[in-house]
Amino acid sequence: MDHPVAVTQASFLWVIPALPLAGAVVNALLGWKLQRALGRRAVHAIAVAAVVASFLVALLFFTRMLGLGAEERTLHERLWNLFTAGRLSADLAFSLDPLSMALVLVITGIGALIHVFSIGYMADEPAYWRFFCYLNLFVFAMLLLVMGDNFVVMFFGWEGVGLASYLLIAFWYTDPQKAAAGMKAFVVNRIGDFGFLLGLLLLFWALGGAWTPRPAALRNLEYQPVPELGAFAAATDAAQAEALAPLVEGVKVGPTLSFRELRDQIAVEATGVRARLDGATIWGLPVLALVGILLFVGAMGKSAQLPLYVWLPDAMAGPTPVSALIHAATMVTAGVYMVARLSFLFALSASAMGWVALVGALTAAFAASIGFFQYDIKKVLAYSTVSQLGFMFIGVGVGAYWAGTYHLVTHAFFKATLFLGSGSVILGCHHEQDMRKMGGLGQHMPITRWTYLVACIAIAGFPVANGFYSKDEILWKAFTSDHLALFGAPVPWLGPAIYLLGILTAIGTAFYMYRSYYMTFTGSYRGGAAGHDGHGVDAGHGDGHDRGHAHVPHESPWTITAVLAVLAVGSVLSLFLGLPTLWTGVAPAFERWLEPVVAEVHFREAAHGTEWLFQLFGVLAATVGWLSARALYKDGRSQVPARLKERFARAWNVVYQKYYVDELYDLVVVGPAVRLAGLLSWIDKRVVDGLVHLVGAIGRLVAELDGAIDRYLVDGAVNAVAFGTAGLGRSLRRIQTGHVQTYLYGALGGALVVVLLNFLIR
Amino acid sequence: MFTPGSILSWATFAPLAAAALVVLLVVLRPILRLSRRAVDDGARLLALAGSGLSLLAAIAAWRMFDGSTDQVQLVQHVTWIRAFNIEYFLGVDGLSISMVLLTGIISFVATIASMPWWSGARAAELAGMVEGGHQDPAHPHPQHFSVRAVPGYMALLLLLQTGMMGTFVALDMFLFYVFWEVMLLPMYFLIGIWGGPRKEYAAIKFFLYTLAGSVLMLLAIIGLYYNSAPAELAGGDTAAHTFNLVELARQGAAGQFERAAPILGFAFTKLAFVALFIGFAIKIPMFPFHTWLPDAHVEAPTPISVILAGVLLKMGPYGILRFNYPLLRDATQWAAGAIAVFGLINIVYAAFVCLAQKDLKRLIAYSSVSHMGFTLLGMAAMTPAGISGAVLNMFTHGLISPMLFLVAGVIYDRAHHREIERFGGLAQALPEYAAVVGLSFFASLGLPGLAGFISEFMVFSGAFPVFTTYTMVAAISVVITAAYYLWAIHRMFLGKLNPAYQGYPDLNWRERLSLYPLGAMVIVLGFYPQAVLSVIGNTLQTLIKGMSPL
Amino acid sequence: MAITLAHFLVVGALLFALGLVAVATRRNAVGVLMGVELVLNGANVNFVAFERYGAGGVAGQVFALFVIVLAAAEAAVGLAIVLALFQTSKSIDVRQADLLRE
Repeated sequence: MDHPVAVTQASFLWVIPALPLAGAVVNALLGWKLQRALGRRAVHAIAVAAVVASFLVALLFFTRMLGLGAEERTLHERLWNLFTAGRLSADLAFSLDPLSMALVLVITGIGALIHVFSIGYMADEPAYWRFFCYLNLFVFAMLLLVMGDNFVVMFFGWEGVGLASYLLIAFWYTDPQKAAAGMKAFVVNRIGDFGFLLGLLLLFWALGGAWTPRPAALRNLEYQPVPELGAFAAATDAAQAEALAPLVEGVKVGPTLSFRELRDQIAVEATGVRARLDGATIWGLPVLALVGILLFVGAMGKSAQLPLYVWLPDAMAGPTPVSALIHAATMVTAGVYMVARLSFLFALSASAMGWVALVGALTAAFAASIGFFQYDIKKVLAYSTVSQLGFMFIGVGVGAYWAGTYHLVTHAFFKATLFLGSGSVILGCHHEQDMRKMGGLGQHMPITRWTYLVACIAIAGFPVANGFYSKDEILWKAFTSDHLALFGAPVPWLGPAIYLLGILTAIGTAFYMYRSYYMTFTGSYRGGAAGHDGHGVDAGHGDGHDRGHAHVPHESPWTITAVLAVLAVGSVLSLFLGLPTLWTGVAPAFERWLEPVVAEVHFREAAHGTEWLFQLFGVLAATVGWLSARALYKDGRSQVPARLKERFARAWNVVYQKYYVDELYDLVVVGPAVRLAGLLSWIDKRVVDGLVHLVGAIGRLVAELDGAIDRYLVDGAVNAVAFGTAGLGRSLRRIQTGHVQTYLYGALGGALVVVLLNFLIR
Repeated sequence: MFTPGSILSWATFAPLAAAALVVLLVVLRPILRLSRRAVDDGARLLALAGSGLSLLAAIAAWRMFDGSTDQVQLVQHVTWIRAFNIEYFLGVDGLSISMVLLTGIISFVATIASMPWWSGARAAELAGMVEGGHQDPAHPHPQHFSVRAVPGYMALLLLLQTGMMGTFVALDMFLFYVFWEVMLLPMYFLIGIWGGPRKEYAAIKFFLYTLAGSVLMLLAIIGLYYNSAPAELAGGDTAAHTFNLVELARQGAAGQFERAAPILGFAFTKLAFVALFIGFAIKIPMFPFHTWLPDAHVEAPTPISVILAGVLLKMGPYGILRFNYPLLRDATQWAAGAIAVFGLINIVYAAFVCLAQKDLKRLIAYSSVSHMGFTLLGMAAMTPAGISGAVLNMFTHGLISPMLFLVAGVIYDRAHHREIERFGGLAQALPEYAAVVGLSFFASLGLPGLAGFISEFMVFSGAFPVFTTYTMVAAISVVITAAYYLWAIHRMFLGKLNPAYQGYPDLNWRERLSLYPLGAMVIVLGFYPQAVLSVIGNTLQTLIKGMSPL
Repeated sequence: MAITLAHFLVVGALLFALGLVAVATRRNAVGVLMGVELVLNGANVNFVAFERYGAGGVAGQVFALFVIVLAAAEAAVGLAIVLALFQTSKSIDVRQADLLRE
């Protein structure tokens, strides 16, 4: 990859996301009227048609892409300039390359199937139109995410799916717990976004994002952008911004938000970007590793990795089709997609790769262990999803981008089957989700049972279905990777260690999946007596299913079973995309498909025999897990699980309570944040506003003082003159008696004084 | 009618003319033997006409404005008071044209929101809006502001609009100051007469705070005037000093004010900077001068909150960009670090304070404080993206926060309280309202695809290279903001419906007419922010040319 | 023993002093008026004596005559006032007459 990507301009790419958007808008504005006037049929017709049409258009572009040469399969369309300021410019532009094409097909294809499934599943929901509006909105946002040509459009989708997820988790918002789950999902995702944003900013900074010359007094001077990039440059529209960028070997050099341009700058050595990135440090840390890790924090949030996975199990509060579409097949894989999309960046930093893979492996093992002991069928699947996402991150972390992405695709198939199967079971058991109250459903719901079993086989990793091929490839690549690092220095044992965690998790995966299968479908039905325990808050969507016999499980309508069948078949057939080189001698189809767009990472060479052996290990792990689950849970006869539970009650409890991570979050994050908020609010009211009041009080005091001075000093002087004059008059008045003789005394006295003075002063 | 020379005068004085007509109507009432109701309705119509004309003129000015240059356009320039070299000088550049448009829009929306247009008797009764007084002891809440002393309200509202528009188009310092004060007084009365329970306190707090700011500003203006170099007046005469801001900017760039004599040993530019900055910072409002804002918002009637949040807060950053940046370039660079720190405090501190608020309007008011912090941070960075983001943030916040206050007013009109905890499950009773609140809250928390995101993103990316650590800390706000908004939605709208709110009427047409246009603009700007950026860009990039934080 | 100026002056001073005492102490308004006559005549003695022993002209005698005329006029006005006083307050006791206070 040392040459720029060849771009094929395409028109009407925007149609793919626009169709679901149109569906969402129509249902949002007119949905309730349509539903009232024309019935539910009108609502779901619009929604399903929108997604199916979108899928067909995507297929059209797929065929067109097949007709192009492998290196030219990047379709690009620019709609308009979003913003330009200085050299920072972003277009609303779409691009389809093999990677995003694969995702688009999964999203629209599986999305369409899940829309169809929802017709049956949500049949009794009063706010039917609202549900389909949100689903369409989700598909739109997800398509923006994968088709976005630059970070901004991707971020539009990134947050848009978060919004749709929030709306759908809290779909039955009258239940405060479900509403809270939606809130939790959004906020935890925002924590991830915080990391993502920082990573992005750091990346720009390292690329020469300092568009003005930096004065010497500033800190962070370890890295100086090349002079021609750092010079002040201003542009207010896209053309000007374009003109500012120097061209090196046909590659625009400079800060950019476009994936393709960024990749080209890094890929073409002559631009010098890669050399500068390699050497860049901030606060003494290598920028590239930091960028990778921060971007991965975003992926942690969206793709539910340790420690930000906590929202995903709670997200099961949403309707089951939502869990299947958003929280299994598509949205949660956005993080994986992002790492694969930015593979050219991650591949530059062994430390970033190491952390991604390590966190993925830890998450896989951790979530699987919680999955062992859950009784809520959807919770089992939720933890399983977290665990499988961990596998995907092992894949993209170690640099096996195609394998990680392939696992994304296979997982979309089998996990959608499992979730929709569980939805069918929940529907059949009248909204019961506790596996302890199920059992023996195989007789009542044959189609659901068989499809669920196929998906179990796939996820457990038997070579007859797709899961084996993706998981095995990931683990093999993990084992053979010796380039991973954690703190800058290579850590050769990291790859094998991750492999070990992975293979243990694989055993666990098979165990908990078969456990759920056996508990649900074998033995005898345990839910009859308990009956329909309500979920009363789901007003109107519960009661309608009780057609006739209230307490007997029943098979779901054809819209549901047909979808299950299609997905199960897909789970098997998609294995042909990933037949290993070892078997066929040629690279897997999917690897060849993605090869032009993902970065190349070199793995340790290993003998064919070893690879065969490791494939055997994979199958063995699945078998171990399957057999132990079979022994413990088949037909619900074995007493061993209960005894084990008693024996290790404390440990069991810790795991059953999900290691108290939620409580830890409350203690460490939520509690302090709320307390800090309270404190700052108090400060604001008492201290800051108190200061204001103090200033006010001082002002009043000064005024009072001023008044006092005015009253007593200034006015006092004036009054004193007046009062003095009056008093003098009063006292002088007394000597005026009116007696002539008294006056005479006065005159005589005066004369006497004059005479005396006359004598005295001489 | 709207010629380039007079367009800004139209935008500025149309509301004033309408206000005069309202007064005339009241004066002529005994002669014409009009009923009280007829006078009220007449005043309302005149207010709509006046602010509508102003909006039309603002839109026309926006259309006439050529965004490809950084020149002052649509100029009207005549000598006003020859003795003091004061001119009547109106004109707009990229910075002010965006604010002119915003003022026109928000003024009109606020006027719509002042109308007592209610569908259904129940709604009117709930709001305390039954015409002809409200003496019924069974309904203790006071009469709705939209039916209380209507002609006076409308006249003051129109006067306020003239003051705001004038502040943004005036290019003569003295004229600017006159408009600035003209805007202050009606605001005081509008809060103090038509406000809530603690209206006197809030109004006086607002008034004193702002007046303190204006005094500092006046001192700085006089100081700048006497330190300015001779300049030519509109008529061609030469004056010893000038109030002309364009000329002053030219002199500022040439270092005229650095040569001014120091005062008490402090450099004149720094003193003038600090005085101006504090004067404007009070308006933003910047920590620690922000505490008038929550009180004023909580007590102000809805349309006044709308204007306060939508336009008045923008005058702070506008003033800084109009005075401090071009006139006192060196001092601005010297102070940039401090501005960034204050911006950071605004962003993070206010966001946390929001998390603890129990009153919906108080929460929204603090979120305004938080969002205005982005503007401070962006302008302090002095990068193209930072400053464009800062001004775009003024514009988008000017669209979003009025929405927020409008939705707060909607529920207050019905429930007569705003305590978040006391609501619950409102989405069932008022679904349309819930959807609009969702839109406005998500816009405010910076959801991509809505207007708030791009400006935040641009501020972040513009400020990061300059203030790396500050920006990183500021980015925490994306989490906190989401938390407090979603928590508020959760407590107000989700969960079981509180039976007390059963049967409340959903949005009526008055509310729709004021909310939907704003909502539409928020969405359009979310996907096409370049519509504003392309207009403001050239001016701003010229403004910061050669500047960078020291 | 020749009669010198001093002898006349002593007589004049005695007259003056007796008159003054009468004016100051008499409660009867007519008595006061008579005291005034004594004072004036004391002065007349001095006028004449100074003229005879000092200046040697007739100015002193003329002054004395002038004073005698003046005293007659004064007595007439004074008695009229006393009369008016008696008619107002039925008493000629000067101690009770304090109308000048007003």
